[in-house]
Amino acid sequence: MAGQARGRVTIDVEECKGCGLCVESCPPKCLELAPELSAYGVHPARYSGHDCTGCGICFYCCPEPGAITVYRVARPLKLVTKAEGGDHATAV
Amino acid sequence: MADESKNAVVEPVVSNNGYELIHSKSPLFYDLYDRKSELKHQTHYCPGCGHGVAHKLIAEALQELGVQDKTIFVSPVGCSVFAYYYFDVGNVQVPHGRAPASATAIKRACPDKIVISYQGDGDLAAIGTAEIIHAANRGEKITVFFVNNAIYGMTGGQMAPTTLVGQKSTTSPWGRRPVNEGFPLHMAELISTLEAPVYVERVALSDNKNIMKARRAIKKALENQCNGAGFSFVEILSPCPTIWGKDPVEARRWVLEAMVPIFPLNVFRDHKPEMPVNNAPPQRPVPDVLEITPVEGAHGAATGMHAHHFKNFTIKVAGFGGQGVLLLGQLLTEMGMREGLEVSWLPSYGPEMRSGSAHCHVCLSQERIGSPLISHPDALIAMNEISLRKFAPQVAQGGLILYNRDTLPDDFALPPGVRAICIPASEMADKLGSMKTTNIVMMGALLEETECLSPGTAMGVIEDKVKKVALLETNRKALAAGREFIDHQVRIAVTQPDGFAE
Repeated sequence: MAGQARGRVTIDVEECKGCGLCVESCPPKCLELAPELSAYGVHPARYSGHDCTGCGICFYCCPEPGAITVYRVARPLKLVTKAEGGDHATAV
Repeated sequence: MADESKNAVVEPVVSNNGYELIHSKSPLFYDLYDRKSELKHQTHYCPGCGHGVAHKLIAEALQELGVQDKTIFVSPVGCSVFAYYYFDVGNVQVPHGRAPASATAIKRACPDKIVISYQGDGDLAAIGTAEIIHAANRGEKITVFFVNNAIYGMTGGQMAPTTLVGQKSTTSPWGRRPVNEGFPLHMAELISTLEAPVYVERVALSDNKNIMKARRAIKKALENQCNGAGFSFVEILSPCPTIWGKDPVEARRWVLEAMVPIFPLNVFRDHKPEMPVNNAPPQRPVPDVLEITPVEGAHGAATGMHAHHFKNFTIKVAGFGGQGVLLLGQLLTEMGMREGLEVSWLPSYGPEMRSGSAHCHVCLSQERIGSPLISHPDALIAMNEISLRKFAPQVAQGGLILYNRDTLPDDFALPPGVRAICIPASEMADKLGSMKTTNIVMMGALLEETECLSPGTAMGVIEDKVKKVALLETNRKALAAGREFIDHQVRIAVTQPDGFAE
């Protein structure tokens, strides 16, 4: 998976008030405030497009209920035999 | 983005290029907010406000606990007054500071519901101090979220009880001075000195780590209530960038650097107190409580001697103060009690108690009484003309007016569908020797005409109340005179065949 970020963030420009708390909070610093203004006259946050780990911290720091949505790379489904995985022999 | 979320969690969507959804808008929030048409997508909070974060953490916890459908959110007065526009749960908005009192009522009436009182520092620590202390002290099984930003936000930045020493506000322009305004109030510590609360913690929305701690505390406080544990209180130190005059990032840092040293983050209480076991039966029969001997044959419901022909019977007694208006109401109420009915008595107190008009409401019912207030009484006992004119229009259709005079006033129009009987009760009582028994004459007339209660019970109650033998005899005669009048001398006020006004 080299080269692909582990996570992805989308930001709803309709909800973002440009407070910048997500930019400040993001551990890998992958969020930024856009230089252009939104319809509400603020610089909305946006994802720089790389390095997101999908940790979700920005979601909890953002005061708007639905401004931020966080995705993480789906872990590939892998069948584990009983011998390998004991009782948890389902998708890991 | 929120709409596509629910299914995506269960089954990663291919169109997301192999990404699965981790965090999105909680289904506990409405999709659009109806507060203002031009702001349907955003909350009304300022950029960087801590309320939004607190809302999200509460929403997430409620969602995880699966209690959205049985949650009742009590919004305060303050910036979060509009919480009901955002949370898709049961909502009540209450007067300033009274959220714990209202939450108490809601929780006691609906013990299976999850009741949340969400308050700011002006609401909880200033005007509502009494409510929160007593709700906590009673150990009400509710959850209280106390959002403390050390200032009055909505009203424009006045000093709050939690304002820090030296902190400037519009009402402490040179900074808070303890010598004049006292020290900041530490609510979490205060609450934790009480015995009943099961969980008291202070958290801060100051940085990533503390926000995640707040998330756990909020969930725990709600979990406690789901388990029926008791009073849970979480104080949330929260930034107010606008009023503090800081940008959102600075404001959040100020929470950590300035507020946390004064309001230390801690779990102040996390255990269930030992409650003494209450072995008393919840309810005892009324005669046992009152320690009265039931009158022979008077316990209608118990003995079947007096059959109550009604489900609810409501009586309004009105007259001058001093005519025994309130006492007559009390006597009727006690009679109802002795006959096994549900009863209520609601007097109108006030300056009219002496030489003015006074009235009281009496409900007699076979069922539990919801409100003691009567809008349309089945019977009105009007002891004077003022009361007749004032309350006659309220009498229910098919209702009865008993008027203390031998005729209705000439210019008085009886409301349609209402019957009136004129009884010169004052004169009759005067002839019997005591004007004070006017109310008993009226009672006799009421009992004989409506048969709402048994005269036997009436005498039992009067015997218990009147100690002087001579006076007791007068009362007995008065009751008999009232009944006699209805039987033999009744003059219907309106000449229609059925006695009702047209």
